[in-house]
Amino acid sequence: MKELFVLAEHRQGELRDVTFEMLTKGREISQKINADLTAVLLGHSIKEFAKRLAEHAKKVMIIDDAKLESFNAETYQKVLSRLISEHKPLLTLIGHTGFGVDLAPSLATELNVPLATDCIDLDFEAERLVVIRQVYGGKVNVKAVLRKSEKYIVTLRPATFEAQEVPAVGGEIVEVASPLSEDITYKRFLEYVQPPAGEVDITAADIIVAVGRGIKESDNMPMIEKLAETLGGVLACSRPVVDKGWLPSDRQVGTSGKTVKPKLYVAVGISGAFQHVSGMKNSDLVIAINKDSKAPIFRVADYGVVEDLFKVVPTLTDRVSKEKSG
Amino acid sequence: MVSNHKETRKRNRMNIIVCVKHVPETAEVEVTIDETGKRIKTQDLVFDINEWDDYALEEAVLIKEKLGGSITAITMGPENADETLRKCLARGADKAIRLTDKAFEGSDAFATAKILQKAIQNLPFDLILTGAQAGDDGYAQVGAILAELLGIPHATMVKKIDVKEGIVRVNRELEGGLEQVMEIKLPAVLAIQTGINEPRYVSIMGVRKAREKELKVLSLADLGLEEKEVGELVSWITIEKMFLPPVEKEAEILTGGPDEVATKIVETLKARGLI
Repeated sequence: MKELFVLAEHRQGELRDVTFEMLTKGREISQKINADLTAVLLGHSIKEFAKRLAEHAKKVMIIDDAKLESFNAETYQKVLSRLISEHKPLLTLIGHTGFGVDLAPSLATELNVPLATDCIDLDFEAERLVVIRQVYGGKVNVKAVLRKSEKYIVTLRPATFEAQEVPAVGGEIVEVASPLSEDITYKRFLEYVQPPAGEVDITAADIIVAVGRGIKESDNMPMIEKLAETLGGVLACSRPVVDKGWLPSDRQVGTSGKTVKPKLYVAVGISGAFQHVSGMKNSDLVIAINKDSKAPIFRVADYGVVEDLFKVVPTLTDRVSKEKSG
Repeated sequence: MVSNHKETRKRNRMNIIVCVKHVPETAEVEVTIDETGKRIKTQDLVFDINEWDDYALEEAVLIKEKLGGSITAITMGPENADETLRKCLARGADKAIRLTDKAFEGSDAFATAKILQKAIQNLPFDLILTGAQAGDDGYAQVGAILAELLGIPHATMVKKIDVKEGIVRVNRELEGGLEQVMEIKLPAVLAIQTGINEPRYVSIMGVRKAREKELKVLSLADLGLEEKEVGELVSWITIEKMFLPPVEKEAEILTGGPDEVATKIVETLKARGLI
């Protein structure tokens, strides 16, 4: 019987959403190719997680070791390379997350197994593993095929597959002895550092005006700030603005920042790469201003303005201001 | 223990290799697919150093300024990639190497890492820096594969670096702004996330100095590789076709110039009770 592995991801005592998204996709594929779905759980004192995973997978393999308490690519790789070599799963799914990107490429290299990263879809077509990925910041999709192999590893983009509730599978929980004998040699986990809380909590705002790379210079920031103020909202941004140091990181919307759900989200000069969109796509009303008509932000916006932001924003601020005072 | 300051400083000198990629800038322009269906049209696009690599280069320069040492910038690509190497030299790299060969075409992240490994394995290094990913194909793989091939540790998504005696302490970026602090033995590969520093501008002095610095070009044969060891043949993944993402939801585009657009937006906001 063919087997399909899903690596459960957990952090600070919680199973991550991506785990259930992978189990949903994994179940779909395993049914199609007639394979068994196995959740692989590495950690320490994680029995409760195993029970939850057993509702979704036919088998849960649990490796409990104090050395696996916090994610460390070195220890994870040692355990997983052993498990994959022994069980020979046709496919291993890992989240394309901060943990997954540290683990999958070196694991695949050690095992000499083809890897496709950050996939938004995958399927076996006539014995070939075919994946869909995004390139150029989400402006273009790629259909790609992996080199023929007996095993594959794929990392899945988070928040792409909807995790579905299913009747409890009642999977078998199997404890596997940890192969980690010697001490960790190369890498040591020290601690987690929480981002400092800022003065403004953008997740509590009803109205957000977010600015991106299109703003070009820090000198142009007051123009956007004025629009936010006039609308009675708060100023937020996409990654490049924080990278350049123009706004503190607590204003960043997206996977590495905050997830927001305001009544109104105005995206100014933001192209809308996945990393940003996943943090704002559930806003009630989205208005996007961008000069590239093909910018991915227009796929999540309700209203779009294909114009130079430097022409539109001051006019809009002025109009809103008049409306409010009149 | 009596520490000898001079000795320590000498031991801390860092030989750093920075792997860079020359990529088209696409963040703010429309991208179109060419007639092969497997590539985008690049003739009208501006090429520059990959954004993540720009931060990696700056980090290398900052470490060299603090501890001393040398920086070698390496890229794989055609002749126009020399522009990116010249930029690295002007910003503080001491040497540059371009790996180029017809046989390298079609290389994915794995094949690229194999080629880089061949070029790097005989160079002296304490630290190898790469970007966490490239803005074109976005694999986010090369750094970690290269580390595994070289048999040294790695850390990806690096937002902070603190070099100590024989080890490096890094902060790795995770989802939601959380960071993971790890300690890693040197030599190591670190894949750098954007925002770790503020990349400096190229100075005129830097450009002048760069002209005198060494830029070496190496081919398949120079690296002691064979055609069957590189390119599409050894790649994990091959592109079948490119296509524009399907439109699931389309925004209603407001037209008519700034005045008309502003009026329409205000009407919409009023109707929804937002102003």
